[in-house]
Amino acid sequence: MNIHEYQGKALLRASGVPVLEGVHCTTVEQALAAYDSLGSKVVAVKSQIHAGGRGKGTLYHPKSREHIMDGGVKVAFSRDEVETYATNILGHLLVTIQTGEEGKIVRNLYVESGCDIAHEYYLAILVDREKKSVLIMASTEGGVNIEEVAEHTPEKIHKINVDPNAGLLGYQKRDLAMQLGLSGAAHKSFVQAIGKMYSMFLANDCSMVEINPLVRTTDDQILALDAKISFDENAEFRHKNWADLRDLSEEEEVEIRAKETGLSYVKLDGNIGCLVNGAGLAMATMDVIKLYGGEPANFLDVGGGANEEQVKTAFSIILEDPNVKGILVNIFGGIMRCDIIARGVIGATQSLGLDVPLVVRLAGTNVEEGKAILAASTLNIHPADDLADGAQKIVSLIGGEA
Amino acid sequence: MAIWIEEDAKVIVQGITGNQGMFHADKMVEYGTNIVGGCTPGKGGQSVELQGRSFPVWDSMFEAIAETNADATVIYVPPPFAGEAIMEAADAFDTIKGEGVIVCITEGIPTLDMVRAVAFVENRPGIRLIGPNCPGIITPGEQGGAKIGIMPGHIHAKGRIGIVSKSGTLTYEAVAQTMSIGEGQSTCIGIGGDPVNGTGFIDCLSAFEADPQTEAVVMIGEIGGTAEEEAAAWAKEHMSKPIVGFVAGSTAPPGKRMGHAGAIISGGKGTAEEKFAAFEAAGIACAKDPSELGAVLLKALQANGLR
Repeated sequence: MNIHEYQGKALLRASGVPVLEGVHCTTVEQALAAYDSLGSKVVAVKSQIHAGGRGKGTLYHPKSREHIMDGGVKVAFSRDEVETYATNILGHLLVTIQTGEEGKIVRNLYVESGCDIAHEYYLAILVDREKKSVLIMASTEGGVNIEEVAEHTPEKIHKINVDPNAGLLGYQKRDLAMQLGLSGAAHKSFVQAIGKMYSMFLANDCSMVEINPLVRTTDDQILALDAKISFDENAEFRHKNWADLRDLSEEEEVEIRAKETGLSYVKLDGNIGCLVNGAGLAMATMDVIKLYGGEPANFLDVGGGANEEQVKTAFSIILEDPNVKGILVNIFGGIMRCDIIARGVIGATQSLGLDVPLVVRLAGTNVEEGKAILAASTLNIHPADDLADGAQKIVSLIGGEA
Repeated sequence: MAIWIEEDAKVIVQGITGNQGMFHADKMVEYGTNIVGGCTPGKGGQSVELQGRSFPVWDSMFEAIAETNADATVIYVPPPFAGEAIMEAADAFDTIKGEGVIVCITEGIPTLDMVRAVAFVENRPGIRLIGPNCPGIITPGEQGGAKIGIMPGHIHAKGRIGIVSKSGTLTYEAVAQTMSIGEGQSTCIGIGGDPVNGTGFIDCLSAFEADPQTEAVVMIGEIGGTAEEEAAAWAKEHMSKPIVGFVAGSTAPPGKRMGHAGAIISGGKGTAEEKFAAFEAAGIACAKDPSELGAVLLKALQANGLR
């Protein structure tokens, strides 16, 4: 789960990590009031969306697609400029390298005091899957795309893995500060900041904290100038406050609805809907559809113990997508019984008035009963023997290659 | 022989009094798994009826292992308590026997809980953790066998193919593919789809290489992380037995979590394309479609003089 920069900064501030003064705004009037209250001659007016590349993004009118302004993060030197930038940003569509062409409507702004920057660094805390521990990464090359730094000058990225038994140790923080070339007050300020950030990472079950840039000011203080923070959704049960931090407008409505019914759904661009049990098999089903010349419309895992009702919900979610021209159901029954799936498929087809071709492949527990139920129905359901057969059948039924 | 779990392994069920725990404990007993009892804090002294037999429940894993000399435990404890359940089992096995296998089925454990639990287990070299978020491990026998997890027992048969996979139902698919060419399995392990887990691909490959019953291996990966690439590089140096592979997620878009917490392409890393390439570079015969795993395996067996 991602949160906005302004929320991340509030979290950093509460954890004792230095950030600049800033105000979250949703209207131009609030932005002007923020400018007045901050008392800083220079302020940054920052679009708040859950995607990177905001500074180099472009704002468009959401309906006419008319070009409004270049740059979703602007530095304002006067009250008038704050007004112009806030007006150009709020309610408009911000397209960045990470949003795709459809962009995102900006509903939130962050107006932040300025500071005198001496140098920009990069800092990230995340979980290292391979070393099974928390990893802290830092670089002197801040403010730019870190993936490019990693590719072209990997020696400029410094890493420390935190031993889960020992925690983050003093020498590790000092070594990292030295590797960034920090000394004196800046060294001390950095050591304090990463200690606090690491504690915040643990206490809040973060999956990622990325500060790009982390800056050294001309008076040798370390400040988090940006904040990209995400949480581990598995830990939601122990963080009741996350419900308030969640911005549902940033998430796919249908994916949220699927999750509420215990389904895992991701929308894709193709035209063959799929309904599968198990994440690995659901991915493999998409892959095989593509292999035989089709394009999957979605990833959908109904989980290990779906009931008839969930199968029906899954069908209705798939059919909401106007691109769907056919559906492939692929079930390998384990705990899930094929006869239950078969009844669910028939129930859903009848109540939803399915009018696209449907191919069903069943295997595993109670497969014979499941096949018999489908065969006895008068509905237009095409049975398949295995995944390849199922994929070929659905692709040819919708007039594809196979 | 098989790996880690023998056919007659004695198994405890943690969370045996819960819905999931009881349902699957019953299925395991039905399959022939040697369940010796369960553990639920606060319910010690009670008993649980499975397949018409009565099984004791203990308050703690120390008691359960001391009383039964169990070889393994399987965890069906809900996510908020599962990390600690793993550590309790590891501590008890280590203290009492110096060894033991912990199979954690639970899905949805916070990643930082797993970072702590895995470090705790790794400090105890005799303890093996399989999972979490996995179907478990099964060693089929001539009759019955040891099924420790949630997989459908009836699709398996004893044989010489080892199977290791990140995914549940895709493992069943692989099992069905071995059966389609008349081959059974030595041991099948689901290592789970979480970003931080216990036993990995390399542990499994290394054990299969050393196991006299296993003559070939099916390895199934999925997008996310670099475990498949590391396993392929390791296999190239250390495996003499043929391996057949598949990787799920060629069509997955970057940045989207595909069901499993660990199945995500981030920063351009962890794609199926890279993993297939690593498999092929290591001489692993790949199927681009899991329905072809049987045919690819048959070819690999023939090429190695095993059929």
